[in-house]
Amino acid sequence: MVAQNIFFYAIAAVIVWSAFRVVTTQNVVHAALHLVAVLASVAAQYILLAAEFVAATQVLVYIGAIVVLFLFGIMLTRAKIGRDQELTHKSAIVGGALTALLLLAVMGYSLLDEFGWSRTPLPEDSRLIGVNGSNSATVSDSIFSQYLVPFEVISVLLLAALVGAIVLARKD
Amino acid sequence: MLDIAWVIPLIPAASFFLILLFGKRMPFKGAEIGIFALGLCFAMAVVTNVQWFQRVDDAEHAAHATSGAEATDEHAASDAATTEHATESHADAEGDEATESPSSAAEEHDEGGAAAEGGAAVEESHAGDDAHESDGGEDDHAEAGGAGGGHTEFEVEPVRESITWWSSGGIDFSVGMLLDGPAVMMLFVVTLISLLVHIYSTDYVGGDRRYTHYFAFLSLFSASMLGLIMSENTLQLLTCWELVGLCSFALIGHWWEEKPNSDAALKAFITNRVGDVGLICGVIVLFFGAGQTFDIVTINEMAVSGEISHLVLLVGACSLLAAVMSKSGQFILHTWLPDAMAGPTPVSALIHAATMVVAGIFMVGRLYPVFFQGLSIGVSGVNLLAVIGGVTVIGGAGLAFVQTDIKKVLAYSTVSQLGYMAMALGVGAWTAAFFHLFTHAMFKAGLFLGSGSVAHSVHSFDMKEHMGGMKRFMPKTYWTFVISTGALIGLFPLACFWSKDEILAGAEQLGTGYTAFLVVGLIGAFMTAAYMTRCVYLTFHGEPRGHAADAAHPPHESGPRIVVPLYILSGMAVLAGFTNLPNTGALDFVPDSWALRFEHFYEPKGEYFPSVLDTFSHPEFNIGIAIGSTIIGLLGIGLAAAWYFRGLGPHGLTERNKVARAGHRVLVEKYYLDRLYTDIIVGAVKGPIAKAAYWFNQKGIDGVINGAGTAAVRGGQFVYDKIDQGVVDTIVNGSGAAAEGSGQGLRQMQTGRVQQYAALLFAGAAILAGIFIIVI
Amino acid sequence: MDDLLLNQFLLLGAVLFCLGVYGVLVRRNAVLVLMSIELILNAVNINLIAFGAWRGDVAGSVFALFVIAIAAAEVGVGLAIVLLIYRNRRSVDLDDIAELKG
Repeated sequence: MVAQNIFFYAIAAVIVWSAFRVVTTQNVVHAALHLVAVLASVAAQYILLAAEFVAATQVLVYIGAIVVLFLFGIMLTRAKIGRDQELTHKSAIVGGALTALLLLAVMGYSLLDEFGWSRTPLPEDSRLIGVNGSNSATVSDSIFSQYLVPFEVISVLLLAALVGAIVLARKD
Repeated sequence: MLDIAWVIPLIPAASFFLILLFGKRMPFKGAEIGIFALGLCFAMAVVTNVQWFQRVDDAEHAAHATSGAEATDEHAASDAATTEHATESHADAEGDEATESPSSAAEEHDEGGAAAEGGAAVEESHAGDDAHESDGGEDDHAEAGGAGGGHTEFEVEPVRESITWWSSGGIDFSVGMLLDGPAVMMLFVVTLISLLVHIYSTDYVGGDRRYTHYFAFLSLFSASMLGLIMSENTLQLLTCWELVGLCSFALIGHWWEEKPNSDAALKAFITNRVGDVGLICGVIVLFFGAGQTFDIVTINEMAVSGEISHLVLLVGACSLLAAVMSKSGQFILHTWLPDAMAGPTPVSALIHAATMVVAGIFMVGRLYPVFFQGLSIGVSGVNLLAVIGGVTVIGGAGLAFVQTDIKKVLAYSTVSQLGYMAMALGVGAWTAAFFHLFTHAMFKAGLFLGSGSVAHSVHSFDMKEHMGGMKRFMPKTYWTFVISTGALIGLFPLACFWSKDEILAGAEQLGTGYTAFLVVGLIGAFMTAAYMTRCVYLTFHGEPRGHAADAAHPPHESGPRIVVPLYILSGMAVLAGFTNLPNTGALDFVPDSWALRFEHFYEPKGEYFPSVLDTFSHPEFNIGIAIGSTIIGLLGIGLAAAWYFRGLGPHGLTERNKVARAGHRVLVEKYYLDRLYTDIIVGAVKGPIAKAAYWFNQKGIDGVINGAGTAAVRGGQFVYDKIDQGVVDTIVNGSGAAAEGSGQGLRQMQTGRVQQYAALLFAGAAILAGIFIIVI
Repeated sequence: MDDLLLNQFLLLGAVLFCLGVYGVLVRRNAVLVLMSIELILNAVNINLIAFGAWRGDVAGSVFALFVIAIAAAEVGVGLAIVLLIYRNRRSVDLDDIAELKG
């Protein structure tokens, strides 16, 4: 499993670096592109965890739809394309960083304290893998039986968001 | 047909979507889709009715066969099959005529049945071909009847179809149909009136802005109401119930550009929400009480057999009563119903007289064992249901006196009549309640459509300002209106005479505490007679006023699409009463095959209905009450006629007499119930909350801080003034200033930048979490 | 030493979460704040999937899917609000939106 570890750390590095750039870059479009990198790398981590259906959805929905939506948002709000010094509160950087580090410290400590060196089972051993070596079937079975009601609620929520977004954004 | 009756609600549902999608492009803007769909539904409902009669008679024969002579199953089955065949051909041949009223259908069926019995031997070979799947059912009945043993009653298995809609957490949520007597009866009522209203509407709302939209919602309404009456489980009932409420909202607010209309729609919707909370609670209570099932038959069976504890049934029944009160316009949640008259008149006829408002009554009848056992009907002295009904009878009738809007008179009359039904259910007279529901639907729809016909011609609903003398201009509307009024008052032999007497007899025979309801019913009958006479006088007699007197545009009789439904409905108002002719007491000359057809065919007979219990009451015809109520009704007509037509009596009493004026005022103010709701309850809830929210928005947290500062300053000043001006002085002033200063300082934190607030939130959460980690 | 550590993923999620929080706190452009919120949601998803794999329970994947759906709804409505603000004020700078200022 050395290979998996190598992949994990490589991808994790990409995630952390890109996420860092998302929140620090002075260029709005670059932020969006770094976000793509984060999202794609997170999808790669999902595959590492044998959740390839979620990974595919992540690529389709996040990179395919949400990022495009962001780019539209950037375009429609006439954000300055190129460097813009005004994107960050200079005065808030210290406070924000301190808050984030404090959170990280608390979370990191409690995670290490609670889970220590426990390991995720090998994907092959896991019950998550269905008959033909994929967990898509398991996930869909679960959604359409055990979690049917939440699923329907989510679809109603999406509909409500759709209507709400139209009502908010239309001109009249 | 019985097995596929579930398609009936689906037809108007499909029609709803078709009208929405294609309505605007159709030559008649979608109306033809709705009319066709409802026509189809009506035809199917009639066939369903006929086949249901069949099934009941078969069950009866089977029961007789097993208990009496040694008739073989085979014989019974063939008997059944031939009868069915005979009736079907009969119905086909006679077409619409046979289906005009269930009474004629029933009679014909009886003839058919008799003929088939006679020719059973001859047609035996024929019967083999015709043997339907229903034969299996018949055999079951025979066995069930046999198992029932010594009961003279026979059982009729309801037709049930159900599929699992979805299941979650090990509970199956099914959707299906439960077709038994009341459902079949309602099928007929809803489809007939809906069809007539559709036809009427093509003229009445012709050229309307949202003509297509209107018909789409009429279709959806019909679909949901039909779904409601055929509901197989309480969850489906709840769903359809809400759908019905939604359609009511959409149709009341059809002309939403005018503020009062959209207000009325909102009021109806919100008042109904109050009751719906009760419905949801009741459904949940019964769900757990009956061992996690929504199935109506199971719940009823368990309630009858006493498997559900009395307390659970009581709580469930009381919760459901809230829903009945809101949907069926019972006191004190009736206030939305008169306001709902803001909708187009055909809608008022369809929804607020004939079908939707009886949903509550229907629900009580559907879950009757729950109410019967839960409220100890027929055992205890009085019960909540009967009391609510009784209060509503009188209260609604009282309000009808002071209305000047013809539709509001009818609306309060509806409230009052629904009170009769609730009261009948409360005194255990189930059949009487449903019989009254049936007759009331016919003549009240006729009255509403008649008032719409008048309003169509004078463009107003105000009887005092714009009507009067309409008899001259609209003779057809006048006569149909008068017939329906006579039916409502309960004149012999019109519809309500029979149904109201049955309710009164039911109240009478329980004795002791229930005699009060007999008195209430008689007073209600008197008031009904009086206010309806007033209504007829103001509308059709006297001198024309306002628009009616407009020489340039004299009122005119309405067109055939309005008048023909009126004819049909007034015809039903005459005939409907004969569907349940009693044949006991003074009327024992009525042949058995004619008497009590309604009870015979429509009352559920089975383990899931308390008719199997001995306590269940079938009131006997009581000639004394019949004559008494007729006299009282005539007295009401006479007094009102003397007052209005002849001008007798102390006119102007309300101007002269303080007590009379106060009474009049209470009625005009609708017993101050609206005031109670809007000013006191809503005001008490909304005012402070709105103010608090406003205050919070305006001042934000700095208001608190500033307030604390100023409070401290004031406190300081108090101490300064009252207690000590010397030593403590400086300290006090200092603390006050410090408080104010800190307030001002904290105020700086209120930058209005949400991100800073978020930063504080996150930091605070992190610090708290850190503390927890360290401490624990 | 064959399997992956659970904490690898959880700590990665924690880092991503904190970066997202940092972005939410310091960014002035509303669109960038929304992007930072996406980072937070992704951190949550990593946790869900990791716990799902750890417990051998498919619920993790299912709820991650739900979170993705909700994120889509959130971005839709959020951007609509941002557009509305932009239309009214010609700016999406959060400093300008200080109605709550005391």
